[in-house]
Amino acid sequence: MKPKFLVGGVVIAAALAYMIYAGVTQSAVYFVTPSELGGTPVSGKAYRLGGMVERGSVKWEARTLSLTFALSDGKTSVPVRHKGAPPDLFAEGRGAVVEGSWSPEGYFRATHIMAKHSEEYKAPHDTSQAGIKEMMRTLSEPSR
Amino acid sequence: MIPEIGAGALMVALGLAVYGSVVAAIGGRTGRTALVESAQHAALGVFTLVTACLLLLAGAFLSFDFSVRYVANNTNLGTPFYYRLTAVWGALEGSIVLWAWMLSVYTLIVVVRHRTNARELYPWVLSVMLGVLAFFLLVMTVPAPVFQRLTPVPPDGRGLNPLLEDSGMITHPIALYLGFTGFTVPFAFAIAALVTGRVGDAWITTTRRWTITAWYFLSLGLLIGGWWSYHVLGWGGYWAWDPVENAAFMPWLTGTAFLHSVMIQERRRMLRLWNLALVIMTFALTLFGTFLTRSGVVASVHAFTQGSIGIFFLSFLGVVLVLALALLAWRWDALGAQGELDSVVSRESAFLLNNVLLVAATFTVFFGTVFPLLSEAVRGVKVSVGMPFFNQVNVPLFLGLIFLMGVGPLIAWRRASLENIRRNFLWPVAIGIAAAAVFRLLGVRSTLAVLSLALTVFVAVTIAVDLTRATRARLRMGERLPAALGGLLLRHNRRYGGFVVHLGILIVTLGVTGSQAWSVQTETTLRRGEHADLAGYRVRFDGLAASEESNHFKVTGTFTVANGHASDVVLRPAKKFYPQEQSPIAYVDYRLGLREDVYLVLGDFARDGSQATIRLQVNRLVSWIWIGGVVLTLGTALAVAPERRRAAAAQGAPA
Repeated sequence: MKPKFLVGGVVIAAALAYMIYAGVTQSAVYFVTPSELGGTPVSGKAYRLGGMVERGSVKWEARTLSLTFALSDGKTSVPVRHKGAPPDLFAEGRGAVVEGSWSPEGYFRATHIMAKHSEEYKAPHDTSQAGIKEMMRTLSEPSR
Repeated sequence: MIPEIGAGALMVALGLAVYGSVVAAIGGRTGRTALVESAQHAALGVFTLVTACLLLLAGAFLSFDFSVRYVANNTNLGTPFYYRLTAVWGALEGSIVLWAWMLSVYTLIVVVRHRTNARELYPWVLSVMLGVLAFFLLVMTVPAPVFQRLTPVPPDGRGLNPLLEDSGMITHPIALYLGFTGFTVPFAFAIAALVTGRVGDAWITTTRRWTITAWYFLSLGLLIGGWWSYHVLGWGGYWAWDPVENAAFMPWLTGTAFLHSVMIQERRRMLRLWNLALVIMTFALTLFGTFLTRSGVVASVHAFTQGSIGIFFLSFLGVVLVLALALLAWRWDALGAQGELDSVVSRESAFLLNNVLLVAATFTVFFGTVFPLLSEAVRGVKVSVGMPFFNQVNVPLFLGLIFLMGVGPLIAWRRASLENIRRNFLWPVAIGIAAAAVFRLLGVRSTLAVLSLALTVFVAVTIAVDLTRATRARLRMGERLPAALGGLLLRHNRRYGGFVVHLGILIVTLGVTGSQAWSVQTETTLRRGEHADLAGYRVRFDGLAASEESNHFKVTGTFTVANGHASDVVLRPAKKFYPQEQSPIAYVDYRLGLREDVYLVLGDFARDGSQATIRLQVNRLVSWIWIGGVVLTLGTALAVAPERRRAAAAQGAPA
């Protein structure tokens, strides 16, 4: 192999290494639990926070697109704010992972909500069926 | 009875595949053709049995046989006929059956096509194909038993994952698996070449069509996957650098590199070792991809909790890599190059750089995908890198690749003279620069977008220059234009097929650039009669309606979209409520266009239908991604068509 090609290869490898290094430092997202975050939240750092959506904590104001809730791991509870409708899988008592950063005002500002699919299978419940049917009924009436 | 018959058939098939693989190898070693013939019969037997299993499984789905656990888990009495068929490969176990079946089909095609034209390599090719097949049959028997019985037999099944109720689910997995399994054939030939010591060019020329076909199906699978993601998942994009996507993208990158580097070996007798390494890497990455997506190792960082299938794939991957490396080491002396690189400015260098960039991109994607595992193992913190990382590192690499796409086919072999460069690249470069200026003046702000579009123009002009020059030469010989153009495409179908494929990639690039640079979106809540404005579109909320479908309930919103000049369009995004699912599933509605798509997702809504939250997106140029896929198909068809020129030459002057 001629030296020219060797030099070219080294240059490319160095450039790639630098790009990867810069890419990692700029877009690293830290996985944390509410307890881990609760101790030392660094504002401005990108986090991915995973926990359970606390029952009774979800407030959704459709007109202002403001969604607030608390994520908990049983020990610590972290207040979360998000601008936008809750995703389909999002619900109280279910797991969710939010991506965003810690705001100096004392809450977690989520840019993304990734609600989790529950893996375990539940048989179709009569109660949930009834809930859906009730909703279908209320929806059908005013449109007539 | 069905579960027992199916499971039994799979065991017999496994035994046959192992037997065939072993006797084919012995036949190759000792030259006893009777053994190789016996292996052929084994291959036929495996094909028959796996086909029977696939039909049996399809039959179980069609007849709602919930005594089969896999059927009960993936269908219910409400699943429509069409989706009961696609449900066959809708989950892990069935997808392995499909995979193995395709592999058995390919093995049979190898028997038919290469029994006589690749004499020395053939027994070993057969042995490797059957060996890989045996692995998949083992997976189907032990860690992912598709015919496992369910007792007691439930009255109804769980139902198919609603996201898979889409026409894309018939084409996407089939194309993707045809691509994945297709690379097994060049891999088998590479191993055969190493075992027999015939590491020359025969294995490469013999597998050229296989490689192109596998590459094409993989490309198609990726594109259809993007289309499914775009119109089903409702997040408004087509590619998220998700581990599952990356898993399919990595072998595509190395496969693309292989596709190009074999041309240098054919022409200049160089890169023998490199080509063998690339095809081994491509095959290994298809296994790694399956391991990654099926073991749950990346999605939930705590590995191996979801059954043992991950260990099986990882072990097989290890065996393949160790064997391949050992063979490479054994044949090291024979793998030296016969040709030498003469100059940095030459076609060889352009292709080499193309390979380096593609492998660099593969490494980047690999690194980013396994980064959470690495960081947890090394530093004990779970850190992931998301879309920004992949885009930031890969976009420069891809722009470089597009540039090379223009340079490679036109620059001279060995050493390009200034005259050669001026003759081929003066116009493309000039027009490319002019295009960049025009885009800037038209108000394109993003530098990356300008660069990407200008490079696209540059490559398109190089293709035009080449085609014009060749057509003119033929016109001067007295041919008419259609005849000249047609003759050119058919006689040099490899070259021009490649150009058309490049054109397809350029069109995809246009779509990706446009959608990344100019798409806009808004999220808002509307009362009935209110409207939202975005990019010249006015979307009015007209109300909600409820309906009951065969296997779910549906809440549909009605929205009228007006954009000033064209007539109004009504979009009906919905939310579907499946009894077996805990949450509703969004159903996107959209209007596709060449310039832009209007894309509407129904979010939350008031129970009385008075109010709805929507996400409205105007996605620019996305349709060109799918159009590029069609062009890619045409180009591939042209490239694999029988070569008229070679055939004629071979007849005229038998070597």
